[in-house]
Amino acid sequence: MSAQVLTVTSGKGGVGKTTVTANLATALAMLGKRVTAIDADIGLRNLDVVMGLENRIVYDLVDVVEGRCRLRQAMIKDKRQPELYLIPAAQTRDKTAVSPSDMVLICDQLRQEMDYVVIDSPAGIERGFRNAVAPADKVLIVTNPEVSAVRDADRIIGLIEAEEKGPGQLIINRLKPTMVSRGDMLSVEDVLDILAVELLGVIPEDERILVASNQGLPLVMHGLNGSSAGEAFRHVARRLDGESVPFMDLTARPTFMSRLRTFMVGK
Amino acid sequence: MSWLDRLLGRNETSGQVAKQRLQMVLIHDRADLPPGLLEKIKDDIIQVIAKHTAIDTANVLVHLEQDTHENRLIAEVPLLAGRRNGRG
Ligand SMILES: Nc1ncnc2c1ncn2[C@@H]1O[C@H](COP(=O)(O)OP(=O)(O)O)[C@@H](O)[C@H]1O
Ligand SMILES: [Mg+2]
Repeated sequence: MSAQVLTVTSGKGGVGKTTVTANLATALAMLGKRVTAIDADIGLRNLDVVMGLENRIVYDLVDVVEGRCRLRQAMIKDKRQPELYLIPAAQTRDKTAVSPSDMVLICDQLRQEMDYVVIDSPAGIERGFRNAVAPADKVLIVTNPEVSAVRDADRIIGLIEAEEKGPGQLIINRLKPTMVSRGDMLSVEDVLDILAVELLGVIPEDERILVASNQGLPLVMHGLNGSSAGEAFRHVARRLDGESVPFMDLTARPTFMSRLRTFMVGK
Repeated sequence: MSWLDRLLGRNETSGQVAKQRLQMVLIHDRADLPPGLLEKIKDDIIQVIAKHTAIDTANVLVHLEQDTHENRLIAEVPLLAGRRNGRG
């Protein structure tokens, strides 16, 4: 009956937290769930534009915390989905305007009416991160197959375990299958070897992510075929909802050049 | 990695290099050791052992290793005494 609160975080900036939050919240709503996405990145509001709801903001998270409006008034309804809402971040304030216990209170109110609350965390490991993680039932760690992003993910995994929010589940974003197959990118197995954490999903690099945020229409809403990243997000949503969905095969098909290389060098 | 690299025996991909570097960095991150600590430990080890026997100070190695259960500090201290054709 009570909603599950999912916090999307990463340590490092720019790895895809906002993209993941928008697409997962939308994909869960498309499964018929009641979903509220919360932008906890106060001062750097972004989830609203990625979700295409920026023109409808009247109140924000800080207005709720400071009692200028009721929670319901700050929830923007996404008209394209039956039960999808966004609580935007304040743009002109900073993270100290909200405390971890404020976040717990807000989420406790939402638990009654929602199936999922998905929180977009700011980068870093300070106050904003602690705000986002405080109400979490489950923490989703986003990383890229890249040394610095994986290092930060390791740090985050340690921190959420210390906050007793662990162990967390991993989303590897921006994987480039052709780079992996020629050995120039950490593979999914490499990352799992290093981080020793449960894998929730692998999202390939996909130009349409950018097209989608240009349009303010999360990729998962772009129709059912053609986009492997959109498909990967829908799979993650179904896994979160308890279904066991096999992982997509993201190995690159051998090209003529790679076969030639194999022929010449035998590897 | 190009086939030329492979032919020349440079057969480590940048992905493998990334993984090894990450593993080293994370041993330090997880053990929460301040930078430079290993160098200090190394200097101290050299002093202590040199009190008792002559060592090849230029080739002392101190590093961390990790297995599934623990981090381990490994120190390699070559002794000058007992070397064949030794200087010592
Ligand atoms: N799978 C992907 N393929 C291509 N571009 C992506 C992918 N995921 C994210 N991006 C792009 O990366 C940039 C940073 O993503 P964003 O979600 O804003 O990261 P964060 O919220 O972690 O800072 C954006 O321009 C976004 O469009
Ligand atoms: Mg963001």
